[in-house]
Formats: sequence, C-alpha cells, structure tokens
Amino acid sequence: MSKFKISFSVLLLFTSLVFSQNVVIDSTKIIQLKEVIIVNREHLSNKNQVKPLGSIDEYLEKSRIITMIKRGNYAWEPAINNMVSDRISVTIDGMQIFGACTDKMDPITSYVDVSNLSEVHVKSGQQGAENGSTIGGGIDLKLQKGNFNSEVLNVGFDTGFETNGNAKIASTEFNFSNSNYFVNADAIYRKSDNYKAGGNKEIKYSQFEKYNVSTVVGKKINKNGAIIGTIIFDKATNIGYPALTMDVSMAKALITSVSYQQKNNNSQLREWETKFYMNTITHVMDDTKRPDVPIHMDMPGWSDTYGFYSKMKVKKPNHSMFFNANAYYNKSLAEMTMYPTDPNENDMFMLTWPDVRTLYSGMYGEDDFKLNTNSKLKITTRIGYQKETIANDFGLNSLQIFYPNLDKNQSRFLVNISSQYEYSKKKFQFSGSIGYGERAPSVTEGYGFYLFNSFDNYDYIGNPYLNNEKSFELNSAINYADKKLKMGVQASFFYISDYIIGKFKTDYDRMTIGADGVKIFTALDYVTILNTNLSAEYTFSHTFKLEGLVGYSLGRDNNKSNLPLISPLNYKITLRYKKNLLDAEFGASGAAKQYNYSSDYGEDLTDSYTVFNASVSYNFYKGSNKFFIKSGIENIFDTYYSTYADWKNIPRMGRNIFVNISYVLK
Amino acid sequence: MNFFKYILPAIFTLVFISCSDDTTDFGPINEVQDLIKVQEISNDTHTIEVYTKSGTLVQGYNDITIRIKDKSNQEFIENAAISWKPVMHMTAMMHSCPKSELLKVADKQTTYNGFIIFQMPENESEGWDLTFNYTINGISYEAVDTISIPQSTKKTVSVFTGTDGVKYVLALIQPQNPAVKINDMVVGLYKMESMMSFPEVENYTINLDPRMPSMGNHSSPNNEDLTFDLNSKMYQGKLSLTMTGYWKLNLMLRNQNYEILKGEAVTDVNESSSLYLELEF
Repeated sequence: MSKFKISFSVLLLFTSLVFSQNVVIDSTKIIQLKEVIIVNREHLSNKNQVKPLGSIDEYLEKSRIITMIKRGNYAWEPAINNMVSDRISVTIDGMQIFGACTDKMDPITSYVDVSNLSEVHVKSGQQGAENGSTIGGGIDLKLQKGNFNSEVLNVGFDTGFETNGNAKIASTEFNFSNSNYFVNADAIYRKSDNYKAGGNKEIKYSQFEKYNVSTVVGKKINKNGAIIGTIIFDKATNIGYPALTMDVSMAKALITSVSYQQKNNNSQLREWETKFYMNTITHVMDDTKRPDVPIHMDMPGWSDTYGFYSKMKVKKPNHSMFFNANAYYNKSLAEMTMYPTDPNENDMFMLTWPDVRTLYSGMYGEDDFKLNTNSKLKITTRIGYQKETIANDFGLNSLQIFYPNLDKNQSRFLVNISSQYEYSKKKFQFSGSIGYGERAPSVTEGYGFYLFNSFDNYDYIGNPYLNNEKSFELNSAINYADKKLKMGVQASFFYISDYIIGKFKTDYDRMTIGADGVKIFTALDYVTILNTNLSAEYTFSHTFKLEGLVGYSLGRDNNKSNLPLISPLNYKITLRYKKNLLDAEFGASGAAKQYNYSSDYGEDLTDSYTVFNASVSYNFYKGSNKFFIKSGIENIFDTYYSTYADWKNIPRMGRNIFVNISYVLK
Repeated sequence: MNFFKYILPAIFTLVFISCSDDTTDFGPINEVQDLIKVQEISNDTHTIEVYTKSGTLVQGYNDITIRIKDKSNQEFIENAAISWKPVMHMTAMMHSCPKSELLKVADKQTTYNGFIIFQMPENESEGWDLTFNYTINGISYEAVDTISIPQSTKKTVSVFTGTDGVKYVLALIQPQNPAVKINDMVVGLYKMESMMSFPEVENYTINLDPRMPSMGNHSSPNNEDLTFDLNSKMYQGKLSLTMTGYWKLNLMLRNQNYEILKGEAVTDVNESSSLYLELEF
C-alpha cells in the first residue's frame, strides 16, 4: 500500500471497456464517454501520472474531456467538452453543492482534496445526467470509504515539497475496517507562496493556504444494510487570484451526509442507497491586500444546500438498471460592500445574489441491455422540476430596477434523455450516442446583479426570464486494440439552442470602475460545439510504452463567430518506463496557436507552446510497511507560456521540481 | 431556528392578548401617533403644536402637521380655518418660501397638514419665524414664534436663476426613504415671483441623471425624467438606485419649449450638473 497511490487511468471509450477492471466488475455496462480518475491509494500500481499529493485540479486536468480554467494557482474551474460550471453537473458522492462565489472562484472541486477521494467519475454530455441536469457532462467526486469485506488497519503519512512557490504539503490518514465497522479519517494541509512563471517572473497574489479534514464512518446494522456518515471540513485562507482584481481571504465548506445502504448480490435489487445531506459554504472575497484599487470592496457569499437522493441498482438477465430519485434545496446569497474614500460617506451596499432559493426534484433512470453478443443499448432519462424564489426583498427590488414586473417565483421543467449504442467485434469497437438535454440558468445567469467579469471587462446582470438552455448532441467513437497497439478516435457534437451568454447593452452604465459597460445574460439562437480527439498507445516491450493524444475543438455561435474558452489544437505525448518497483516517465504537452479566439468575449490570440515534464517514482517495502517516493520536474525548460484557459492570459508555472514521500504503517 | 420561528409568534400573541385590556385608551383622541412634536407656538388663548415625522424642521421640504389646543379647556379645535406664513429675517431684507395651504386632514378631527420648503438655513444673525393666522367661529387669532431651520448636510433644495432671468426654488420631496429599487421621485419647482410669493411652475421638464461620484460617477438604468403632475402640482419621475450610499441627482431644467434653463449634461469631462440634489442612505 502506498499512500495516495495514484493510478490515474483514463478509461475513456472502449479502451476502458477492454482493459479496465471496472468492466470486469460490470461487464454488461456501456462505459463509453466515461472516465474514471483514480485518486486513492487502494488499487496500487506504478502508473502514476500525477504526483500523489497533486491537487484535485491537477488530477482532473489529465482527463481527455476536462479542461481547467485558471484564475490563479488555486481552485481551477473544470470544463467538460469546453463547457464550464453552469453547463456541467459537479457533485461530491452524488451530493449537490454550489459554490458561494459570484465570480466562480470556488468551483466545488476546491472544497475537497485528494485525501478525501477514491476516484472521480467523468461523463460526457447526457451520460452525466445521473445526479443532475447537464449539458456538457458530469463530474462525480467519489469519497474514499471502507467496506465490511476486509480487515484493514493502517496509518499513512505523506509529505510533499515543490520548489516553485515554495509549496509544502502534509497529510495523514487513518483507515480501519472490520466486518461491522469502518472508519476513514484524513487530514491534509497545503501552503504555497507566489509561484514563478517561466523566466523566474514572480506572479504576485498567487499564494494560498488550505486544510481539509474528513471522516467517514460506517456501521453494519443488519446482514445487508449499513449506515454511513460523512463529514468534511475544508478551509482555505489567503488565496490570491492574480488574474482577478480581488482575492479571497477565506473560503470554507462543511459537507455532511448520512446514508443507509443496502447491498444484496442475490437479489434483483442489488444496491439501494438513500442519503440525506447538508452542506454550507462561506466565501469571503476582498481586496484588502491590493494596494492599487480604485475603491476597496468586500464580496462575501454564502451557499447552503440540503438534499437527499435514493439510488437503486437493479439487475435482471441482460439488463442492468439504475434509478435515482433526488431533490435539493439551495440558498444562494452574496453581497457587495464598497468603501468610499471619504470615511464620512455611507458604505455602498448591494446584493449581488438576492438570496435565491432553488428547489429541485427529479428522477433519473437508465437501462443498459444486451441486444446480442456484439451490441448493447443504453437509454437514460432524467426529468426534473425546479422552482426558484427570490427570498430577499432588497434583492427583489434591486432586480426590479431592470425587470419591473418580476415575480419572486419562477419554475421550470427540465428533461434530459439519451440513447447509446455500442457494437464490438474482435479488435474493433464502435459506439454512437444521441442525446437531448436541458438546464436551468444558474443563479448568476438568472439573478446576478452587477457582477464584474474581468475576462471581458463587463458588469453582468442576470435575466430571470431566460429559457432553459437546450442541447442536442451526437457522439461517436471507434476504437481498435491489439496486444501492442490501442487506438481510438472520438467526436462529439453539440447543437445548443437558447445558449446563455452575456450581450452588451449599450444604454446601461457600468457600475465597476474601469468596466467597459453592462452585459445582460441573453440567449443566442444556437451555438455549435465540436470536440474531437485521437489517442494511441503503443507498447514496445514490458518496460517501454508510448502514449499520445491529439484533441481539436471548435465552438461557433449562430453568426459563425467563435465562442470563448474553446481549446485550440492540443497534444500530449508520454514515454513510460517501468521496471520492477521503478516507474519513470517523460512527456511533452502543448497546444497550437489559438486561431479561433473570440474577441467579442474578451479573448485574444494565445500563442502556441510546448512544455516538457519528467518524473520518477520508487516503492520501498519494509515488512508490511511501505515507503513511496516520487520526484519530478515540470516545465523542464522553464517556458513562459499561457494557455487559452488562463484567465487574462495569466502565465502558467515555470520550472518546478517536486518531491512527494508517502509512508504507510500497517 | 424552526423552534423560534414557530414558538416566538405564539408567545407574542399570548403577550398581546393578555395586555390588550391595559392599552385601551379612553382619553382624548390622539391623531398624531406616528409623529413627533417639534415645538409649540402659543398666544393667550391657544397652543399650536407643530409635528413632523422626525420631530425637527429641516432646510428643504417639510411635511408638517399641526393641531390647535384651546388653553381654557385643553381640547383640540376641530373647525379652524388656518393659514401660515414662514418668514426669513435677514439683515437686509425678509422673505418667505414655497409652501402649501394648511388644510384639515381628511378623516381626522383635530389635525391640519401642509408643507413648507425652507430654501435656506438659519445662521447666527438671521433666522426664520412662523406665523399662524386662524379663525374659529368667526373670531380671528394670530400666533407667531421663531423656528429653527439648521443647514441640511445634503443638498435637498436649490435656489437658482434660470437663463430666462427668473429665480427658481427646486426641492426634493420624494423619496424620503430611498431604497435600492426604482423609487418614485417627486420634486417641487417654484418661481420666486416676489419676496413673499412662490407659485408652482407648471409644465416644465426636469431631466434626471443620478450618479455615484465615489464609484467613478456611474449612473443607474431606467430612470424617468420628471414631468409636471396637475393633481399634486409637483414634478414626478422615477429614480433608480442600484446600491446604497451617496447619490448625486444631476438635473437639467427645461421650459415648455424644451429649452434648458439650468443645468448641464453629465459627460466624461463634465462630472456634474450645476443643478443637482443629493441623497445618501
């Protein structure tokens, strides 16, 4: 057992079907367009592609369909199929959580850490609708928890150091399980100073500090049933956002749940889990550390969510069914106080999220069945009802400045359906899927009040009258695999109507000093987004393996103008060496020039770049205790670069040497 | 929380029910409940009580309620015909200010209501007095006393000479309690016909452009210019305030031919109009 033994396996497409363990477990399932990123230290192999104490963001970034939008060195925002937060569903163990920051500085992935997780399930498009309505896809962060199958008792310690930013990481973990109980407890601490971009250029306000503690406890209460309780507390302080005009003095989350789980392999009802959960997030944005601001301001935000789900797995001959009935109630409030230079003047106060209460309830069902020996079909459906209420009169009055007849209540129905077909014969595999999905506008899109977006330099006003965004999608993939060579090509196409985006409104005056004006969230008739990638893996020998990936995306609106934040041609190539307990890799990744940028939305041309990385890891055993060390260099040639996903072209990290050490006592 | 949500109202209800006997008032009717007494102005026979919401008189617009108490029997007069005259005694001259009539409040027995717009504050050597002339059952009376009109911290009234050579008084009447919303805005506009006469000016237009000087002088959306309302004889419009704080309400006064009499448009180079009002909340 090595700590945070991270086997990051991209189980995308059919490659995964053929080679992953998951398939062995559940062989009737189609897992096209699903990736499982393994974050825990249970399934050990030396296939580490990420440093064990890497951030959850670094893990996610390895996914083929995820890109990470960066505003600094912390809390990157995941995008699936080039679609960001509002268009994707992100859950923690099926629990809905919503960030409390109006400026997307706290994607919910920032409220967990690798110490909490066992794996991350990434699903593209409508396959990701299991836990909530989505357009782009779904990410479910699975918490690490024991089971009652084995006797486990171990304690792990980990420590990491990185030269760039003088980053220090320490973590400890305790795992216990027997046939009646299990306990998983962990704590992690991270601290980083400002990092340096290529050429030793310090990026000011890129520091952060955070800790996270979590405990999962399970108790068996009868032959097949168990009660499991979870508590996670995550707190980050002094987080700099160099790409923005404000930093975060504190971001904290308390995430709790209790569930009843029943498993019976002899029954048609294989698994039944019912969970009640509650989480509360406080996010305090301020600019007290910035010397040159035209006016000082505080922008705290709060988001509380209460919810439950009941998930059932039903197994019948040739059918594998899954149902999820879920509901949640979220309360989102954010405010902004600006302090005038004249201390005798009253503070300027506004509600930027008017205490929006969202009540969602929905049902999801899927059926995965074998048509014949070569082909399978899967059908998924989600229907949901959502009601939004503006609970704060101050906030309602504020929005009525723009929408005089606005009612404090809104409701909408949401439908997501998809169907996938998979055909495999010998070394080839083909799959295709078709889907339709809808999503409700987010709190910001519906009810935001003068939210400044530094990306395009506009203040944004929400629009409560937006229609649901609707997406029609097509996916197809072809894979080939033999003993030496695996190859795959995949394409997904989204036609999204009533696409929500901000449009410049000439007759409204900006609020933020220096902003170019006001944009109102409106709907474009339609946009199209195309994502393609080609992957290959060649095994030279038992010790050498070469992997490569090329991706290309294109996003256009109904006027054939480019959409923002769409990845240019990008590539990755890795050479792996493995012998006994030694594992080494050398890789390069990069992107071509971003020709298809969107100047309308504040983008400029991002240049091409290539960076090189190398790492080596080794396992030592002493009795049953294990010692694991991994070290490497990132951005070996100290290249100064930024990618299309870097907010305001904030440059990425320059050369970084890291060491991670794990020690597990059994 | 839920406990308090449900239990507290129940407790209050009980308290109120049990107390209700004690609070029943069998004394003389009180029609000034939500008002605070500013001062009393007396003569030999009567005491005139002057009330406002805040308990003070201010430079600018004042909504004033009075009642007249008969000193002989302590009862309030219900049938007076009354007029008032505010006068500013300056070292070199004296003048009055815009005001309404003082009329009996509909569906009230004892109170009379009107407004006065004090366009300037008192100072050490100069000050205001207020005279009441009233008739009860055919007999005329007069009561007079000095009143205190301190300077307002914010500009709520403006005295200026238009390009037409006329001297105007413009005062903010509403909103008295501004909020982050679209507020109903009311402004009074009066012409200084003589030292003692300030009639309403009708059918002009007042352009409105609220700004926040402390935040780069930004404006707000969906304001409506002020136009004359025949009923109230005042100018009505919509004032949108997007946040709390200090707002400068830049104005331009236009006559019936839409010619500018006073004020300038706010632009990048011109931060504010010479005709403006202020509010802060």
